[in-house]
Amino acid sequence: FDVLGECWIKVSYAVHINILVSAAQNVPNSDWEKKVTEYFKEKLKENNATNWVPSLNDVPVHYLKPNSLVKFRCMVQDMFDPEFYMGVYETVDPNTNARVLHFGKYRDVAECGPQQEIDLNSSQTVTSERQTFYCVPVPGESAWVKEISFLTEPVFSYISASQARVSPSTSYTPSRHKRSYEEDEDMDLHPSKQKEQHMGSGGDIHGCVEPKRLETEASAGHQVVSPNCSPPLDLNFPLPGEKGPACLVKVYEGWESFKVNDVLEVFGVLSVDPVLSIVNSEERDSSSLDPMECMDTAEEQRVHSPPASLVPRIHVILAHKLQHINPLLPACLNEEESKTCEFVSNFMSELSPVRAELLGFLTHALLGDSLAAEYLILHLISTVYARRDVLPLGKFTVNLSGCPRSSAFPEHLYRLLQQLVPASYHLQMSIESMNQSRFIPHKDYAANRLVSGLLQLASNTSLVIDETQLEQGQLDTAGVRNVTALGNLITWQKVDYDFSYHRMEFPCNINVLITSEGRSLLPSDCQVHLQPQIIPPNMEEYMSSLLTAVLPSVLNKFRIYLSLLRLLDYSISDDVTKAVEEDFVEMRKNNPESVTADDLHKMLLVARFLSLSAGQTTLSRERWLRAKQLEALRKARLQQQKCVNGNEL
Amino acid sequence: MSSPASTPSRRRGKRGRDSNPPTPQDARSPPSQKRRADDSTSTGDLQPMSPSPPADVQSPGDALFSSPPQFRHSAIPLDFDISSPLTYGTPSSRIEGTPRSGVRGTPIRQRPDLGSVRKARQVDLHSDGLAEDIVATEQSLGQRLVIWGTDVNVASCKEKFQRFLQRFIDPVDKEDEDIGLDLNEPRYMQRLKEINMVGEPFLNVNCDHLRSFDENLYRQLICYPQEVIPTFDMAANEIFFDRYPDSILEHQIQVRPYNAVKTRNMRNLNPEDIDQLITISGMVIRSSQLIPEMQEAFFRCQVCAFTTRVEIDRGRIAEPSVCKNCNTTHSMELIHNRSMFSDKQMIKLQESPEDMPAGQTPHTVALFAHNDLVDKVQPGDRVNVTGIYRAVPIRVNPRVSSVKSVYKTHIDVIHYRKTDSKRLHGVDEETEQKRFTEERVEMLKELSKKADIYERLALALAPSIYEHEDIKKGILLQLFGGSRKDFTHTGRGNFRAEVNILLCGDPGTSKSQLLQYVYNLVPRGQYTSGKGSSAVGLTAYVMKDPETRQLVLQTGALVLSDNGICCIDEFDKMNESTRSVLHEVMEQQTLSIAKAGIICQLNARTSILAAANPIESQWNPKKTTIENIQLPHTLLSRFDLIFLMLDPRDEAYDRRLARHLVSLYYQTEEKMEEEYMDMAVLRDYIAYARSYVNPRLGEEAGQALIEAYVDMRKIGSGRGMVSAYPRQLESLIRLAEAHAKVRFSEKVETIDVEEAKRLHREALKQSATDPKTGIVDISILTTGMSATARKRKEELAQALRKLIQSKGKAPSLKYQQLLDDLRAQSETAITKEMFEEALRALADEDFLTVTGKTVRLL
Repeated sequence: FDVLGECWIKVSYAVHINILVSAAQNVPNSDWEKKVTEYFKEKLKENNATNWVPSLNDVPVHYLKPNSLVKFRCMVQDMFDPEFYMGVYETVDPNTNARVLHFGKYRDVAECGPQQEIDLNSSQTVTSERQTFYCVPVPGESAWVKEISFLTEPVFSYISASQARVSPSTSYTPSRHKRSYEEDEDMDLHPSKQKEQHMGSGGDIHGCVEPKRLETEASAGHQVVSPNCSPPLDLNFPLPGEKGPACLVKVYEGWESFKVNDVLEVFGVLSVDPVLSIVNSEERDSSSLDPMECMDTAEEQRVHSPPASLVPRIHVILAHKLQHINPLLPACLNEEESKTCEFVSNFMSELSPVRAELLGFLTHALLGDSLAAEYLILHLISTVYARRDVLPLGKFTVNLSGCPRSSAFPEHLYRLLQQLVPASYHLQMSIESMNQSRFIPHKDYAANRLVSGLLQLASNTSLVIDETQLEQGQLDTAGVRNVTALGNLITWQKVDYDFSYHRMEFPCNINVLITSEGRSLLPSDCQVHLQPQIIPPNMEEYMSSLLTAVLPSVLNKFRIYLSLLRLLDYSISDDVTKAVEEDFVEMRKNNPESVTADDLHKMLLVARFLSLSAGQTTLSRERWLRAKQLEALRKARLQQQKCVNGNEL
Repeated sequence: MSSPASTPSRRRGKRGRDSNPPTPQDARSPPSQKRRADDSTSTGDLQPMSPSPPADVQSPGDALFSSPPQFRHSAIPLDFDISSPLTYGTPSSRIEGTPRSGVRGTPIRQRPDLGSVRKARQVDLHSDGLAEDIVATEQSLGQRLVIWGTDVNVASCKEKFQRFLQRFIDPVDKEDEDIGLDLNEPRYMQRLKEINMVGEPFLNVNCDHLRSFDENLYRQLICYPQEVIPTFDMAANEIFFDRYPDSILEHQIQVRPYNAVKTRNMRNLNPEDIDQLITISGMVIRSSQLIPEMQEAFFRCQVCAFTTRVEIDRGRIAEPSVCKNCNTTHSMELIHNRSMFSDKQMIKLQESPEDMPAGQTPHTVALFAHNDLVDKVQPGDRVNVTGIYRAVPIRVNPRVSSVKSVYKTHIDVIHYRKTDSKRLHGVDEETEQKRFTEERVEMLKELSKKADIYERLALALAPSIYEHEDIKKGILLQLFGGSRKDFTHTGRGNFRAEVNILLCGDPGTSKSQLLQYVYNLVPRGQYTSGKGSSAVGLTAYVMKDPETRQLVLQTGALVLSDNGICCIDEFDKMNESTRSVLHEVMEQQTLSIAKAGIICQLNARTSILAAANPIESQWNPKKTTIENIQLPHTLLSRFDLIFLMLDPRDEAYDRRLARHLVSLYYQTEEKMEEEYMDMAVLRDYIAYARSYVNPRLGEEAGQALIEAYVDMRKIGSGRGMVSAYPRQLESLIRLAEAHAKVRFSEKVETIDVEEAKRLHREALKQSATDPKTGIVDISILTTGMSATARKRKEELAQALRKLIQSKGKAPSLKYQQLLDDLRAQSETAITKEMFEEALRALADEDFLTVTGKTVRLL
């Protein structure tokens, strides 16, 4: 019955097995791997097929069937050592001496029937290599990202329904459609092997039934294991208070192209084999005579093979880097696809009203200060687009000074921003938090893993630092190190990870917004002094009413706006270059003290983002003048501020 | 392994010689693991072979071969009978604890590094049907025995290796361990002699030598280390005991090959390397406690006290269930004290930071060290490890037939070589130099022939920083450095070869950026800020290691950047005590430490690139450099070049700057890539020049330098002051040498001196110009005060003396009164400081004393 409904997602592993079986019968056929990958790539391209794959981000692991196809949106937190596994292995039945070949790809455990034994010394054994990544959900991912990507998954409704033992709804039709699709595909793939496929369909059912059995085993296994599972496992999320599954992602090809902190979307076979958990508990009390078992420390064991129920494994069939995690945008914008082009051009045509609305919204959020709102937009669409030797270009750290201290304004501002950007983190600076939190990821050699820190963030994460809560006090060594790390992050857009014997530099791309009363103690590219026009008596009420006043559709437009503009290209024509040159020389002539190369840097940055924020990909004279004007306004404000309280720089 | 003569060999000249790693030429080289495994399937069909192999294998080597019945576990069906005639020496042949006599009483020692669970077997080609599977390499020699599953013929292999030991001579190849070796004599025979004298039964064999001697033997060693190395052992022992029959060693000689050019980088390890001899480099990050591993269990029957020994087999001891003597079941008891154990240690090796691709985390690999290799390395050491790569399947559960499909991998260490141990002593800097491919060297040499290479490189340096060409040139020369000279025998010690540079100037003139760039460019750079660093952070501190509870010396930035560049930002913010440390470093290039009972002198041959901001945040052109940055002149004079980075107020400059900056803001990624390429080329260029080019002064250049120095002295002598010191001459020499290095020239020529002079003058012009007179005055930097200022001071003191004398015989004067009088008398303004200085000068002459507010005449 629901075998059919489970569509090809569930069957994926069975399909594999089919192909494996066919491959096993004629071993020299080594194309099968390629075929599988191609087949899935093909599949996933079709008709938003990706939406049909249940996502580990949304669906709890225990609702998913083992060995089914899942997807996971995640950040690579750590990379483990490559592992060698049995790509092909042979089982022997000791009674009949019958030998069967099996494929070990996409699984953790080399399985064999009850009456069989694995022949470790078989000549047919092929050793292959795969790489393991420790992946965590994108740190600081906003709630709306989760929500929207969750809602766009029709498969979910089915999964949750059937698993929660609610009577199956009739929303099967699409799935059934998919099922037939899959069969068609199979036929296309192996036109010559139609017969085999038919035989294989029996295997399909088997493949689906068996996992079920395993699942019940799994739950039983957990109950047994959990009591002696001593301290809770640290899942190593960069940010405190994060939830969500961490995954061991096993990559079979092209792992060199992935880097730490990359955001990936992986499609693969979920493996939560309870045997994996049993390994841990057994290994400790099993005989110590085996020299191999004393190889790793207990910590390392815990970290590298945690219980599968906590940290499921995904055997990747397809993985790609994500440019952004905004579910409202097509996943890949560079592709020459008519659909995405259409989407972009459609949106660009209605850009200016969106910008105006966003500006209005932010102006209100910034208590009526439109200049600060203007800068905030520029900040939100800034991104490091290139690096010149050591200098990151395109970072635009804004220091919003003059924030009213009493009213928890930064807190509420952050909540608003959270609604706009796909990933963010609010860092409350206080002596305590600076001294006690772990900012820089460091390598734990005992457990052989990279222990994460606050600053291990994915690209384009908004980091909002609130300095208004900072009190007098003494920073200890750790605190000083943390502040230095923040400073480095802002100035060079890099974090030096601590490998205890040496440091390693990891470039990053994080938008930092600092809210402070006076000038921030951290460096920043641009300081904007806030001039509130209104001080609402109840900040919370004010802000929440602001948010409710915005229609969800408009809010979505804001979100698209901010994510999309970041990805646009930009250029400056020759004659504008000339004009800028002239301008600069002129400014220097009048007042060489006040206009330095630094100022020009800033103005060019402002001009860049100003143009982009209006959807223009080249700098025009008007924009340049506007940028200059904005800068002048901003500076005048700072000057004024300096006069007001003389001790302020 | 403690005697200096035979410490594990270190290469140095070696690496310099072959700049590209040789690769196995033999196309059919590693016969795949699969093929070997193929052979194993047909074990059952094998005819039992005659247990007597040819005589020459039989003799002493046989004893070695017969030690433990080590089977290739992957090659044997599980139910393989241990007493099969296929194996030599079944366990029973050695029971009863008979002394394992090797050659004349020297015991054999097991080699757990070669895998205790395996044993090579030989197959007589005539008596089995496998002939076509096995490639006997030297059929012509008439030997028919190959080690089963391989193409190794024991006899011929042994003979070849003996020939290698007896004949290998490489007069060119000089290794630093070769002290006392006659390079024209067979190298390894001298080594054996050494073993005889010192008594350390290990023979380190450089695989590279072997390769140049016999390609095929080398290939066999790489592919079947487990079978070939015991053969080598045999061969070495035969020769040794032939020569030195009376020698008594602890155990028989073990051959330790090293420098197998299989894999250099951990990342390149792949399943094909399993069971092969590999050499990888990396950093030790963790080492376990010593693990005693049972090699042989000793059992005694509780009933009849019959004893028996059981060898470890595939990691397990099979406990005898029945006593052979009295036939009682389950009466055998393990006697720990009489069992044999070998030492074992697990070590984690992490790939060295240089080998890591950007943005990825380092890989690690587990090593197993055995016997005397245990505790040879400490966490933090950089080592080259030669060993056999292993992969072992993990059983999920002995009772469940499913197996975790992942293998555990490790390396059985055969040889360690520390790569950085030498850095602490000796002047060698090539230990860690990069190897360049031939094309790369060719490319670099091609580049060096370009006439404008100097300008080109200067331009490639930090392209995002605009102009400041002379500064970039200075830094470029600093990156190359001078030649190292040793004058120890004349009592002067080492001459510093490193160029130190100080940048000072207005804030916001991208000084920090330049420093960052340099720090990122050089392989061993350190970046610190004067503000946050303390003297200990720069030098070294003693701390208690949390694990071992021993006092350990932790080195700071200066020591870490030995042979590199230490970039110090905000030099002026550094406190006095920290700065004082730099005095020694910047001239003697050493660092003396006397802390917590640790007294030592560390090398700190580092160039210093410092940046300082003026004290008044904006550079005051009316003041001298010293006054602007408030650094002691003793320190300043140690900088070869001091540059000012000022914001030039010039329209043309502004225009160029603007264009440059604008281009930064829209250039595409690809164009940037090109420049990144340049950075890599630049890095290689510098690395190559630093390690291979060592220019010496030519005759002409010497003359030119003398002239330049005399000229510099002359300038000052005209005005009655010293305008150059030997230190300046040394600077000039260094700069000239560095410039010759840029050209890849082995000889310093006049053009190098010219450029050095120009740059030196340029820097002086910027930093040592007396703001009062506009004359370049070196004494600003050497004594902290310009000559004119000193003259003025002198004059004032004289004027004051006259004034006091004119006052007649009054024994004491009012301080304020005197100042007012002096001011009234003088045409120029006199500050209180100047007045006080004049008073002090007079006091020094014992003319007067100042007490409180009164001045007394003496």
